[in-house]
Amino acid sequence: MTHTIRLNVNGKEHTVEVPSRRLLIDCLRYDLGLTGTKEGCSVGVCGACTVLMDGKPISSCLALALFADGKEIVTVEGLAREDRLDRVQQAFIDYGGFQCGICTPGMVVTAKALLDENPDPTVDEIKEWMMGNLCRCTGYYKIIESIQGATALEPGGE
Amino acid sequence: MRAFEYREPDNLEEVLSLLHDHGEDAKIIAGGTALVIMLNQRLIMPSYLISLRKLAGLNSVDSADGALQLGALVTHREMETSPVIRDQIPVLAETFRQVATLRIRNMATVGGTLAHADPSQDSPVTLMALDARVGLSSSGGSREVPLDEFFTDYYETVLQPDELLTHVQVPLPKPHTGSIYLKFLPKTEDDYATVGVAASVEIEPSSQLCRECRIVLGGVAPTPLRVKEAEALLSGQKLAPELLHKAASVVQEHTDPISDSRGAADYKREMAGVCVRRALEQAWQRALTESP
Ligand SMILES: Cc1cc2nc3c(=O)[nH]c(=O)nc-3n(C[C@H](O)[C@H](O)[C@H](O)COP(=O)(O)OP(=O)(O)OC[C@H]3O[C@@H](n4cnc5c(N)ncnc54)[C@H](O)[C@@H]3O)c2cc1C
Ligand code: FES
Ligand code: FES
Repeated sequence: MTHTIRLNVNGKEHTVEVPSRRLLIDCLRYDLGLTGTKEGCSVGVCGACTVLMDGKPISSCLALALFADGKEIVTVEGLAREDRLDRVQQAFIDYGGFQCGICTPGMVVTAKALLDENPDPTVDEIKEWMMGNLCRCTGYYKIIESIQGATALEPGGE
Repeated sequence: MRAFEYREPDNLEEVLSLLHDHGEDAKIIAGGTALVIMLNQRLIMPSYLISLRKLAGLNSVDSADGALQLGALVTHREMETSPVIRDQIPVLAETFRQVATLRIRNMATVGGTLAHADPSQDSPVTLMALDARVGLSSSGGSREVPLDEFFTDYYETVLQPDELLTHVQVPLPKPHTGSIYLKFLPKTEDDYATVGVAASVEIEPSSQLCRECRIVLGGVAPTPLRVKEAEALLSGQKLAPELLHKAASVVQEHTDPISDSRGAADYKREMAGVCVRRALEQAWQRALTESP
C-alpha cells in the first residue's frame, strides 16, 4: 500500500515512495530530512507544523502526504535565498520575535503567507491571521512587532 | 494509524461505485481535518480511504433559481471570502470565518463539516437557520434532505454508508430578513463554541411585526437544535424584552447540554438563553435596516 508522489518542496522536485498513512509532516521530516517543521500538538491546534501548500498555510500534522502529490510546499527551510534571510526571518531577529524558537518555523511561514497576500496588514489583520499559531514564550507582542517590522523591509531579504 | 487502501477517483461515478462496493469498510476523506485525527487516534480503522481531492465539479458556489448551490468540496476559507456569498448571504461568510483558524479553514470543506456532525460546529447551525437542504447521492440514485432532518445524534446523520454528500442548497433570504450567528467563546477565539446561536427573522415592513423566524443552537444538544416552539412564540409579534425572555426560556427547556471543558451543563443552558436573546435582537435590527 505504498504510493509514489511527486511534490515540489521549496522549489525542488521530489519523488517519494510513501505508505498511504504517512502524514505530510513525517514525509517532510523523515523522508526528506527537512526537520525545520516542528510537531507540537498533532491535532491541528498549535501551528508549530504549519507549511504552505500552494501558498496557503495548513497544518502538516493533519494532511496525508498523499495530499501533497502535485503540489508546491514551502517550509521554513525555503524562506531564505542563499545567504539572505527572508524579511520575516530578519525582522523576527531584529524585533525579538522568538525565545525558545519551537513555534518560530510555523510563525514565520504563516507570516510570510500573510505578507504575500496582504503586504501592509493592520494589527487586527495580523492578529486574525496569526491567531492559530501558539507561542509559550514571547507573549505575542514581539511577534506582532516583528511582522509589522518586516513590512518595512524589502521582500526577499535585507 | 492503521494501514488502508487509498483511492483518488476523478469522477463521481467511480466514487459512488467504490462506496457501493466497500461502503461499510470505507471512509471518504475531503479536507481531512477531522478524519486524520480520528485515524491517527485509531477511533476509526477503515480498510479503504476514498479521497475527493481529485474529484472535479463539487468545488464551486453557484447561484440559480433563488438559491445558492454550494459544492461539497468548497472550503471554509472560500465560503468566508467568496464575493457571491458575502454579497448574497453575508451571515454565511461571517459564520465560516469564525470556524477554528486559517489553517483549518484552508482545508476543511462544507461537506466535511456537515457529514462530521459534531454538534459544537458552527456552520451547520447557520445553514439550518437558513433552511438549507443537502443533496446525497449513491449509485442507486440521489435524494435531497432538509438539513433539519439530516442530523440524528452525536456524529450521526442520515447518510448511508454508500452515500456521498454532493452539495448544499441555500435559499436566498427573503426581503426584510435579518440573520446572525453568535458564537459564545469564554476561552480563546480559535475554540469551538460553548454555545452557538443562529437566528433569522423576517419582518412585515409596515407593522415591523415578525413574520417568520428561525432559531437554531449548537453545542447544547446531541445535534444542532432548532426550537420551533420558540419560533412560534415570535411570529406575528413585535420585538419586546418580555417576548425575548419568554422565547429564551422556551429554548432553555429544550437544551440538553453536557458538562465538558467548554463549560458545565447548567452554565451552557444559562448562556443559551442569553445568546438567544442577543441573537434575536440583532437579527431583528438587521431585518429593520434591510427595509428600504
Ligand atoms: C483544530 C481544529 C479546530 C476546529 N475548530 C472548529 C470550530 O471552531 N468550529 C467548527 O465548526 N469546527 C471546528 N473544527 C471542525 C472542522 O469544522 C471539521 O474538522 C471540518 O469541517 C471537517 O471537514 P473536512 O473537509 O476536513 O472533513 P474530513 O475530515 O475529510 O471528513 C470528516 C467526516 O465527514 C465525512 N465526509 C467528508 N466529506 C464528505 C462528503 N462529501 N460526503 C459524505 N461524507 C463526507 C468523512 O468520511 C468524515 O467522516 C475544528 C477542527 C480542528 C482540527
Ligand atoms: S502539530 Fe500540527 S498544529 Fe500542532
Ligand atoms: S518562542 Fe518559545 S514557544 Fe514561541
